[in-house]
Amino acid sequence: MTLDQSFVRHITRRLLSVLPTLLMLITVVFFLVRVAPGGPFDSEKALPPEIQANLEAKYHLDEPLLQQYFRYLGQILVLDFGPSFQYKDWTVNELIAQGFPVSLTIGALAMLLGFVLGVSIGVGAALRQNSAADFSTMGFAMLGVSIPNFVVAPLLILLFAVYGGWLPAGGWDWTWQSAVLPVVTLALPVIAYIARLMRGSMIEVLHSNFIRTARAKGLPERQVILRHALKPALLPVISYMGPATAALITGSVVVERIFSIPGLGSYFVQGALNRDYTLVMGVVLFYGVLIIALNFIVDLLYSILNPKIAYEEL
Amino acid sequence: MPLLEVKDLHVRFETPEGEVHAVRGLDFTLEPGEGLAIVGESGSGKTQAMLAILGLLAENGTSGGQALYQGADLMAMEPHELNRHRGRDIAMIFQDPMTSLNPYLSIERQMVEVAMHHQGLSRREARVHAVEMLRAVRIPDPESRIRQYPHQFSGGMRQRILIAMGLLCEPDILIADEPTTALDVTVQAQIAGLVEEVVQRSGMAAILITHDLGVVAGVSDRVLVMYAGEMVEYGTVEQIYRSPRHPYTRGLIDSVPRLDRADDDALHAIPGNPPNMLSLPSGCCFRDRCSRAFEACAEAPELRDAGDGHLKRCHLEEAP
Repeated sequence: MTLDQSFVRHITRRLLSVLPTLLMLITVVFFLVRVAPGGPFDSEKALPPEIQANLEAKYHLDEPLLQQYFRYLGQILVLDFGPSFQYKDWTVNELIAQGFPVSLTIGALAMLLGFVLGVSIGVGAALRQNSAADFSTMGFAMLGVSIPNFVVAPLLILLFAVYGGWLPAGGWDWTWQSAVLPVVTLALPVIAYIARLMRGSMIEVLHSNFIRTARAKGLPERQVILRHALKPALLPVISYMGPATAALITGSVVVERIFSIPGLGSYFVQGALNRDYTLVMGVVLFYGVLIIALNFIVDLLYSILNPKIAYEEL
Repeated sequence: MPLLEVKDLHVRFETPEGEVHAVRGLDFTLEPGEGLAIVGESGSGKTQAMLAILGLLAENGTSGGQALYQGADLMAMEPHELNRHRGRDIAMIFQDPMTSLNPYLSIERQMVEVAMHHQGLSRREARVHAVEMLRAVRIPDPESRIRQYPHQFSGGMRQRILIAMGLLCEPDILIADEPTTALDVTVQAQIAGLVEEVVQRSGMAAILITHDLGVVAGVSDRVLVMYAGEMVEYGTVEQIYRSPRHPYTRGLIDSVPRLDRADDDALHAIPGNPPNMLSLPSGCCFRDRCSRAFEACAEAPELRDAGDGHLKRCHLEEAP
C-alpha cells in the first residue's frame, strides 16, 4: 500500500466520520451520569448548604444543564477533561495519564497472549479435526468463553496465591509476578474465542480449491498451511480484534478492581461510585477514542492482508 | 515399462447417506508422451480417480489399488515422497480457475514457490522462469502482470496461469480436469487449443478429463469412457469414434451437436440419468438407459477385448 492521494483521502474521510460518533458518545455519557441519583458531593454527613453551594459553583454544577454541556464540549475541544471531583488537586487528564500505562500493559499483554495462543490452538485443532484433542480443546474453549472473569479471577487467586503462594493475590508493582494473574484472567475468554474462530475458518479454508492446488504442486504440508491457508484463515480473527479490544476494556474494569490494580478501570469504577462526573466522562471518552482508533487499525490491517479489498471500499 | 500404470483403483466416500463407491476397479496404463482422454458424465468418477492417484481426495474419501509411476506406487507413498512427484513429475490443472489460485498471494509467489521447491532455483531464477512460462501461455506483459493478484485476471487468464504453473517443472504427465468447463464459451476454444499446443510441444503425456467427446481428438491418442465408476470402453481415438462398441459411447458421440449435417438439427440426448451411486442397480449399470438392453444385461458384463486392444464392458456382440 502506498501513501498516495486516495489513501490520504480515505483517512480523512474516516476521521471525519468519527466526529458524529464521538459527539453522540459525549452527549449520552454526559446526561447519563447526571441522571444517576446522587451527586459528587453527597456524603453520609450532609454538608452545610453554603459549602455545598460553594462547591457546586466552583465546578459550575449550579449552571443550567445545557450550559454545563456546552462548557464541557468546549473543554473537550482543547482536550481538557477538567478537574476530578473526588481526587482533589488532580485533573482527569493526570489521572488518565497515571492509570492508562498500567491498563495498557495488562490489556496489551492479554491481547498478545489471546492472539498467539488462540491462533495456535485453533490451527492445531483444525489440523486434528474431530479428534479427541480437537473436541477437548474446543470444550475448554467453550468453557473459557462462557465463564465470566469475576469467577475465574477468584479461582485463580485461590489456586495460585492462597494455596500455592506462588503469585501475589493482588496489587501492582510493575513486576511480572503481579501481572500474571490479571493478564491470564483477561486473556482467557479472548484465547477461547479466537481459538474457536480460528479453528472454524481454518477448516473452511483447508477445503478450498486453492489449497488443493497448493497440495497438487507438491508443497510440504507445513508450507501449505503457513503460506497458503494461514493468511485467509486469519481474516475473521483480525476483524474480531476490534470487538476484542472493547471486550478487554470492559473486562479490565472488573479485573483491575478484583486485583486492586491502579489502572483506568479502577478509576472508572471509583468515579462511577463517587458520581465523579468528569472522571467517568473522561475515561469513557478516552476508551471510546481508543476503540475507534483500534477498529481503524484493524480495517487497515485487513485491507493489507486481503488484496481484494482496496482501502477506497472500506 | 509404462509411465503410469493404474491397477484396480477404488475410491469410496463416507457420506451421511451411506457409502458411495465412486470408482470401482479402474485399470489403465499411460505410455510416455501418450494422450489419454477420460470421458464420462458428471459423477462417473473420472475426477475422483485422478485425485486419488495424487492423494488429493477430500477427507471423507478413501482409495485402494495401485498407481505405479515409473514402477513406484504413488498411493503407497509417504506424504514427503509423494510431494517429490506432485507438481514436478505429475501436474494437475483443475476445473475451476476462479477458485484454484490463492486469492491472497500474488501470481509471482504462487509460481516462484513451485520452481524453488522442486528445482532448487533461487528466487530470482525462479521468477525469470515463471515469466517465461507466462509468456509461453500468452499472458500479455508478464514481467509486470506477474506481480498482480488472481482477482485482477479473467477466468481464461487464470486458467492460462494455472497451465503455466503446471508446466513450470516440465512434468512427465499433465492431468487436465475439464480445463475449459468453467470458462466462457468464447475462451473455451482458446484454452483447449493452448492445452493441445503445450502438450504437443513438450511431448509430455497428458490425461484429459472431459464430458465432451467433441474436444477429445486434438490431444488424445486413446479414449477411456467411464460410467458409474467403471471403465465401459477403451480404445484408440479411431476405434472409439469410428466403431464404438458400447451403447453409452454411441450415445455420447451422438449427443455432440453436429453443424455439418443440415438435415439433422435435433439434439440427441441419452435418456434418463446416471444411476444413484448410493445404491447401484444389479447387472449392467447402463441397462436402464440402454435401448439395446436384453436378458443378458441382468448380469454385470465383464470387460472384454473387442479386437486390437479395443475394450468394452457390454454383452452385445455387434456394434451398437
